[in-house]
Amino acid sequence: MNILVCISQVPDTTAKIQVSGDGKSIEKTGIKFILNPYDEFAIEEGLRLRERFGGTVIALTVGSETSKEILRTALAMGVDKAGIVKTDDILDSYNVAENIAGYAKSISPDLVIFGRQSIDFDSSGMAPMVAEMLDLPSISVVSSWNIENNVITAERDIEGGKEVLTCSIPCVISAQKGLNDPRYPKLPDIMKAKSKPIEEIASCHGSALVSLTSMVLPSSKRVGMIVGDSEAEIASVVTALHEQAKVI
Amino acid sequence: MKHIIVYIEPKDASSLKRTSYEALTAARSIAGDAQITAFAVHGSEQALATAGNYGVQSVVVAKHDLLSTYSSTATAEALAQYAQSVSADTIILSGNASGKEISPRLSVKLKAGILPDCITLENDGGTVKAIRPVYAGKAHIAVQSISDHSIIALRPNVFTAKQEGSANASISSFTPNLEAKHAGVKVTSLVKNEGRLDVAEADIIVSGGRGMKGPEHFPIIEQLASTLNAAVGASRAVVDAGWRPHGEQVGQTGKTVSPSLYVACGISGAVQHLAGMSSSKFILAINKDKDAPIFKVADYGIVGDVFEVLPVLDAKLKAMLHS
Ligand SMILES: Cc1cc2nc3c(=O)[nH]c(=O)nc-3n(C[C@H](O)[C@H](O)[C@H](O)COP(=O)(O)OP(=O)(O)OC[C@H]3O[C@@H](n4cnc5c(N)ncnc54)[C@H](O)[C@@H]3O)c2cc1C
Ligand SMILES: Nc1ncnc2c1ncn2[C@@H]1O[C@H](COP(=O)(O)O)[C@@H](O)[C@H]1O
Repeated sequence: MNILVCISQVPDTTAKIQVSGDGKSIEKTGIKFILNPYDEFAIEEGLRLRERFGGTVIALTVGSETSKEILRTALAMGVDKAGIVKTDDILDSYNVAENIAGYAKSISPDLVIFGRQSIDFDSSGMAPMVAEMLDLPSISVVSSWNIENNVITAERDIEGGKEVLTCSIPCVISAQKGLNDPRYPKLPDIMKAKSKPIEEIASCHGSALVSLTSMVLPSSKRVGMIVGDSEAEIASVVTALHEQAKVI
Repeated sequence: MKHIIVYIEPKDASSLKRTSYEALTAARSIAGDAQITAFAVHGSEQALATAGNYGVQSVVVAKHDLLSTYSSTATAEALAQYAQSVSADTIILSGNASGKEISPRLSVKLKAGILPDCITLENDGGTVKAIRPVYAGKAHIAVQSISDHSIIALRPNVFTAKQEGSANASISSFTPNLEAKHAGVKVTSLVKNEGRLDVAEADIIVSGGRGMKGPEHFPIIEQLASTLNAAVGASRAVVDAGWRPHGEQVGQTGKTVSPSLYVACGISGAVQHLAGMSSSKFILAINKDKDAPIFKVADYGIVGDVFEVLPVLDAKLKAMLHS
């Protein structure tokens, strides 16, 4: 089974976000960039499928030179090959999807695995978008699944319950937490990954469909009534919920 | 903007999902002179007609054998075909689990810019400008489609559904041209969380964190939730410890919620937790540490021991609700 895993580099969740001078992006200095946490589940799932069915796992990212770091992590975890579509401009998600789909067409994978969402722009749109470009079925936010005779049965959480879905291979899925426990790369594998080749793939210059006009830090308009634990103080909060917030 | 399509979903035999009413209201708020049509692939006449109570008088329902069991791929194809047949330029849907699968496909089919997870919409000289949170809510961006079409997915529970009129909408049908390949993925079963309100749908959520000390103390949370007719939520720390089911987790790796009231009990307010609940309309936090980060985002806070505060809070709320 040939598997393509798409991964992205994102600021560490605890990073302090500041808007840069252009008013449209974040100030990158001082920020630690990491492998998108959901993409660890995607890589792990690819490796487990290879252990079960054989084949190869390729990790792909669309990003700048520094994104090679996450490909090294993927190589250390055990993927067979890593590729990068290098772009220095900030692309919209459609552009990223076109680049991923373009590469996927050249290798015709049996499965393309994504993370559920990237924790920078939180769009959760990449998997269905790429699937549509490849004319393949997709299942997003998979928390458990099984493959039998090239037919996938997957479970996912939806509002108010759980859905069970089926489709056949080739297909696209996106991985939710709970799908597996990603392995930690071992030190010798981390060392070995440093000298492995990373394929550079030419980007296809599509046109963006969305423009980002500004970025701001949200102002918190919170009431900020913080009280102690006496009965009277608790009662005052209940009154405020009723009369001021009008939520009860 | 000339013609907006709102994708709607039934909740039961007589009503639509609240997120659909939110989408109808949001569409009206930005429509100006544009025409609005609601579009569905399922639902009884009675349920679909309620779109009229939210100011949208015309509902189109797609009819095809391949739509009888839910398929995100077939739904997206039917919706795209309908949008093209009436030259609609804007499609609005809820960014719930199904909307998150349909909207990116529409973006590709119609070569339309997609604006996901929107929390405010504005009509900016005929195109929709949206604000949405990024970086776990630490920043907001303004975005706009620069193609001829816009696909707009709304963060659930952020937009208020406002009733407008009481007329039943008129319903007509549309027969899309679908082939088996369009229904490549199908839902084979749906297991509902019977008797339990889901955090993603609740108007009030009472969540417990590690400060609850153990699963045996969660009946206190459940009690408060029942008083408020609320859903029970949890931090990742308690889900990972196995105290609560995964479906209750709120936060970056769990569910994003926007209830009108979020009650955080014994939750520190880690950034990943805040990512999932900071767009709640009001936040009440109970924590014994006055410096806990949760108090920085709280509207109301009680500094104290959950085991002492929650029973008193519950009693006061009951008294208030019964008076
Ligand atoms: C990639 C990533 C993703 C994550 N995703 C999520 C996510 O989706 N959701 C999530 O919640 N977390 C997530 N986390 C974890 C997050 O960082 C925190 O570890 C977690 O939210 C802490 O849970 P907590 O507040 O229950 O526990 P703690 O941080 O241990 O806080 C317990 C709080 O209870 C208070 N307390 C203790 N005893 C009492 C008492 N008797 N009365 C009153 N207060 C008391 C303490 O003062 C403290 O503030 C994620 C982390 C990472 C790295
Ligand atoms: N630049 C990128 N390169 C490769 N894969 C990506 C990129 N951005 C996002 N992805 C993948 O798409 C998933 C969902 O991202 P998003 O739609 O941006 O929330 C991520 O978890 C990754 O698997």
